[in-house]
Amino acid sequence: MSNQEMVHLRILRQDAEGAPRRWERFKVPYQPYMNVLSCLMEIQKNPVDADGRKVAPVAWDSACLEEVCGSCTMIINGQVRQGCSAMVDQLAQPIELRPMSKFPVIRDLRVDRSRIFADFRRVRAWVDIDGTYDVGPGPRYSAEVAEVRYALSRCMACGCCLEVCPNYGPQSPFIGPAAINQARLFNLHPSGGMHAGERLDVLMEEGGLADCGNAQNCVQACPHKIPLTTSLAEMMRAATRRALFER
Amino acid sequence: MAPSRASDRPRFLVVGGGLAGLMTVIKIAEAGHDVDVFSLVPCRRSHSVCAQGGINGAVNTKGEGDSPELHFMDTIKGGDFLADQPPVRSMCQAAPGLIYLLDRMGVPFTRTREGLIDFRRFGGTLHHRTAFAGATTGQQILYALDEQVRRLEAQGRVRRFENHEMVSLVRDETGRCRGIVVVDLRTMEVQAHAGACVALATGGLGLIFGKSTNSSINTGSAASIAYQQGARYANGEFIQVHPTSIPGSDKLRLMSESLRGEGGRIWVPKDRNDRRRGEDIPEGERYYFLEEKYPVYGNLVPRDIASREIFDVVVNQGMGVGGERFVYLDLTHLPPERHRKLQGVLEMYEKYIGEDPRKVPMKVFPAVHYSMGGLWVDYDQQTNIPGLFAVGECDFAFHGANRLGANSLLSCLYSGTVAGPAMIREAAGVSSAVSSALLEAECRRVEAELEWIRRLDGPENPYRLWTEMGEMMTENATVVRDNRKLQATDERLVEMMERLRRCAVLDTGRVCNHPLMFIRQLWNMLVLARVIVRGALLRDESRGAHYKPEFPQRDDARFLQHTVAEYAGGSLLSGEGAPRISYAPVDTSLIKPVLRDYSRAPEYAPPTASI
Repeated sequence: MSNQEMVHLRILRQDAEGAPRRWERFKVPYQPYMNVLSCLMEIQKNPVDADGRKVAPVAWDSACLEEVCGSCTMIINGQVRQGCSAMVDQLAQPIELRPMSKFPVIRDLRVDRSRIFADFRRVRAWVDIDGTYDVGPGPRYSAEVAEVRYALSRCMACGCCLEVCPNYGPQSPFIGPAAINQARLFNLHPSGGMHAGERLDVLMEEGGLADCGNAQNCVQACPHKIPLTTSLAEMMRAATRRALFER
Repeated sequence: MAPSRASDRPRFLVVGGGLAGLMTVIKIAEAGHDVDVFSLVPCRRSHSVCAQGGINGAVNTKGEGDSPELHFMDTIKGGDFLADQPPVRSMCQAAPGLIYLLDRMGVPFTRTREGLIDFRRFGGTLHHRTAFAGATTGQQILYALDEQVRRLEAQGRVRRFENHEMVSLVRDETGRCRGIVVVDLRTMEVQAHAGACVALATGGLGLIFGKSTNSSINTGSAASIAYQQGARYANGEFIQVHPTSIPGSDKLRLMSESLRGEGGRIWVPKDRNDRRRGEDIPEGERYYFLEEKYPVYGNLVPRDIASREIFDVVVNQGMGVGGERFVYLDLTHLPPERHRKLQGVLEMYEKYIGEDPRKVPMKVFPAVHYSMGGLWVDYDQQTNIPGLFAVGECDFAFHGANRLGANSLLSCLYSGTVAGPAMIREAAGVSSAVSSALLEAECRRVEAELEWIRRLDGPENPYRLWTEMGEMMTENATVVRDNRKLQATDERLVEMMERLRRCAVLDTGRVCNHPLMFIRQLWNMLVLARVIVRGALLRDESRGAHYKPEFPQRDDARFLQHTVAEYAGGSLLSGEGAPRISYAPVDTSLIKPVLRDYSRAPEYAPPTASI
């Protein structure tokens, strides 16, 4: 074991919401194809810090492990991203892990991102279908629009765009790029678009589009390369048109 | 004392926030009833996000003469005749309508030039029958359902209990399921919830095999709990091994069947000592073993067959790429528009392997992917416990001995549309009053068990024990099975149950205590592992995903029957945990079982079978 190559980590820990924070160092045996989450899994199998002191295993969120669920978002060497797709071979060591800063920490790397879903609800991010009973085929629309919608719909509500947004945070009412992108996604659907005005009205309230400072960090942080700044611009244009001509 | 949530108005409880659970929720809420949904993670992060390739439905927009009846026939044959046929036929008949419904909900299905939903080829059929949204179809469908549930939530019909884990059923003196006990995974608070009916939509059990294509939450724990509390568990030994995945140190990532549906080809170098890079090996020196052996279905034979052939080439013939266990999955010859349709999966390969699969053949190997077996249910999706239903991967219906690709999203949705109304009907005949003493007694039992776990301070580490179990199960209970090894595996599982009782809890934290819950989950996994292994041991034949070289033929006289496991007793606190196995007849009233042959086209094949 002593000759084996080790991966060094430095993790910001917190036992509960509001509890004091502390850094702990770890070293875990290297394996091929290793990502940050497998380092955390190694700590579970041998929960001692780098000095051999017994500690509790690190708490983190995970589910899919392949960057489609958004669970394991954390700050890795200063960059917000998913732990599952952060490959050890591509990271400087010691690998520094800390929880996202824009959401309340529950324990260690786990944060409460329920605000994201509340904001999806606020912008009515759904199609108002009459019911799930059979009414035949859905509306026909072009492959081009479907492709645009697909790109927007890959948002996994991970919160990377919100973490890097200077206008989003616990003290700010700004709804953030993720929810605004959802409004565009549903406004682009033939029947979702019938209620476009309702979504725009929400985005024209306090904390809406006007609070975007155009830093454009969001589009760079998005792990799925969703054109968030295009969504912001499109929604601003639609909101301006609504303000001038439709209300 | 734990709070007990009894209420006057009947509430329906759905455990699991993936496709099957959310469809059940929608059906109940839409009918005007109140529903609570419980999920380990926010619903939007459930394992359904991992489904890539698509959803089957015979919409027949490609001029191939497809129909729900042909879809039904393909599905029954794909499952090697082990599925009860009437519900499968109903599912296939409902499929086109379900795809239209998803389209109305806004799922961004990939479309044709005319603006229609496009369909691709998938395994076990010669028709274009699979609707898809790029290569992340499950993610897109899950989001659409999550959004509809949010809409119903805004109307006050649905409450979400996300980050909650079900730890027990509440059964009354007549045996009826009257609610559940859950743990809030953040505060670790134990709560009882009364329910008019309960549906389990808790998905698969890949973690029993350690590393699989499943999410880190797929322990099968909830299904195991129901089984330990009296539910029958059927066909547990039928575990699907997907032919194409990539390695990882935390999981094995699926490389969708749609890669082959869009024209990807499987091959190995003809010369086993060939050490050139895949892209440098000329066409004539490549062995396309699936295409050679199955000229009609080619790379799109059902998954059990593809995995067995890969296993044969790599293990028995020693022809794996570079002397390892990999085969090539080659997409380099496909045009850019095909690559674009597969974008999500190709990006994943690039991220995790560091090579561009548009330019270099991918290296893949088989991985545990899906459980055909699950909780026994009747044609209303009700288990043998009155008031308890099961939907989605955790039920045993629809897929028989092998599931066809793109039928899982369909069975999840369809079973939800059946269970929702059936739960309402079932509840109508029962008094909704649940005694709070009953709920509190079950809460106290769970709390006592958790306190017992909190005091564990032995030498074993539960995570290491889990890794050991997973490696053993993958080695002995997947593609090829052998009775001596299965017997030894079962004995070691019993030892591991004892070792688990000598582990350390590792964490004394009062919030987000993962090890505390994981020890229970690991017990539940060991219990289900025994169901899988004992079922496999007793089934002396080969059928679908269950293959024993010693018994290479299907034996309908003895085994055209469902394996039914019932729990013989025991618990984490007392040890044991053995299954009692019996058999139940299969309803083959619609299609007579015949030899399952993929070497030629069926008579209903479309005139031109092309990718």
